[in-house]
Amino acid sequence: MADAAGRGAASGRVRLAVPRGALLGETLDLLDRIGIDTTEVRENDRKLLFEDAGIITMRPSDVPTYVESGAADLGITGKDVLLEQAERELYELADLRFGRCRMVLASVAGPDRVEEARRRLGVVRIATKYPRIASAYFERAGVQAEIVEVRGSVELAPLTGMVEAIVDLTATGTTLRENHLVIRDEIAVCTARLIANPVSLKLKSAAIDDLLARIETAQDDDPRRLTAPGPSGPQTATGE
Amino acid sequence: MAEWTPSGTRDVLPDEMQELRALGERLRTVFDAAGYGEIRTPALENEITFSRDGGDAGPAYRVFDEHGNVLVLRSDMTVPIARVVGNRYADARLPLRFWYEAPAYRAAHPRRGESREFMQAGIELIGAPAPHGTVEVLNVLCESLTAAGLTDFKVGIGDVSLYASLLARYGVDERQRVKLSRLLARHDFVAVAEALERMDLSPADAELLASVPRIHGGPEILEADGPLDAALGDLREVHAALAPETARRVIYDLGLVRSIDYYTGVIFQVYDPGHGQPLGGGGRYDNLLANFGRPLPAVGFALNVERLHIALTGEERIDG
Repeated sequence: MADAAGRGAASGRVRLAVPRGALLGETLDLLDRIGIDTTEVRENDRKLLFEDAGIITMRPSDVPTYVESGAADLGITGKDVLLEQAERELYELADLRFGRCRMVLASVAGPDRVEEARRRLGVVRIATKYPRIASAYFERAGVQAEIVEVRGSVELAPLTGMVEAIVDLTATGTTLRENHLVIRDEIAVCTARLIANPVSLKLKSAAIDDLLARIETAQDDDPRRLTAPGPSGPQTATGE
Repeated sequence: MAEWTPSGTRDVLPDEMQELRALGERLRTVFDAAGYGEIRTPALENEITFSRDGGDAGPAYRVFDEHGNVLVLRSDMTVPIARVVGNRYADARLPLRFWYEAPAYRAAHPRRGESREFMQAGIELIGAPAPHGTVEVLNVLCESLTAAGLTDFKVGIGDVSLYASLLARYGVDERQRVKLSRLLARHDFVAVAEALERMDLSPADAELLASVPRIHGGPEILEADGPLDAALGDLREVHAALAPETARRVIYDLGLVRSIDYYTGVIFQVYDPGHGQPLGGGGRYDNLLANFGRPLPAVGFALNVERLHIALTGEERIDG
């Protein structure tokens, strides 16, 4: 395990890729509950590799990359990231149920500009940080869409008239409301997922099965499981 | 700038060529000793030859010849060898044994290090039914990986028909079965469980069916009783006949899937800690030969030689 940039699933312990950002807190809480000591991770904002705990930290959208290559055996990231990187060769093992948010189509309040553009122009312009999810959504609906990929605040794009609508992730809907955007459709509900490298899953199956069993037990014991997922539930966006 | 190779293809220069050649020689020694004869077929085949074989791993590159016929670059060697058997071995004594080391061509994501053209080495055993044909091929597979120099590899063994027949026994209809197998092929256990929950099944049955693709381990998992009992027959027969050297490499995996559509029974896949993705695999394809006029049971495997090479280098690094 000395080789941090190892190409394959090195023998030895399981290495877990943990997302920094909005999912970090609940991820570490879960790891604590299953007996992995995360003190060092909590105390270090800048450090990325925690050999003692078997944890590496990174932005959520990098988690599938590290897990697919085998540099991490397991990873935790949002379903939004997995949908956007659907071509990755990895296993989706468990729904961790936290970090719940929604991938939505939203446009400026008032008459729906998407409908108007469809009717009059036959094509709609959509701004998003999730070009693959947005394209797939409109292809399924048989709608011709021009997907405009933006990196920063997506909400700006429809307000300036650059696009008719956005496809974006929302947890509470506050940012959308503040920008006078309303949700027109829900594309997917996204929660945190546990993913695995296909080779690690076979070669380190005992360690991974054990970890999975502990997670399932921790989830069953979690009082939040009883509360219906909804606006009052714990909400976090993966958003980076 | 245009004078480089197309993306997803590359030149192999003498240093690497020397290593690949040495690796190929080690494999060849095992294949020869096991009684397999080397075969070469054209990289180009008529489109019709591959047209019955759907799946994600089918041919991706088509060309027109000077008469307007559509030709494809072969996406594997199994289909061309099945064609050869139909063409040239109509009355031959069985079984037939072939080995090859040859490039195949598939759609790829070149940016992720995947190759459009990649070297495969493998064997096909034609006219040898389960379980003995399967066992022979698995034994040769493990011998060739050992001869190649890998020390830590494992071979996952599953059965492509197992899950579908189990679902059918629980009354899951064809449409739903296809949907579930597609989710399973994407390795999305969460979506499989969700889809089962939505079907017309008791919660206990849905939970049982969701758990089956997760079952993997040593021969002890083949002892399962209840509804799984009958479905495990083929795997048990294989296990009973494996050479000890092969048996210690094997992981039974009831969720194993392959991206090729022609497999019919027991399938396998090679894992090594030196590489993050499987090095190759194979399985039984008892219906493919009928497409070429010779309905014969058959089984084979193919290794991705470049991945095997990377894994060997990776094992050196892990051990060193």
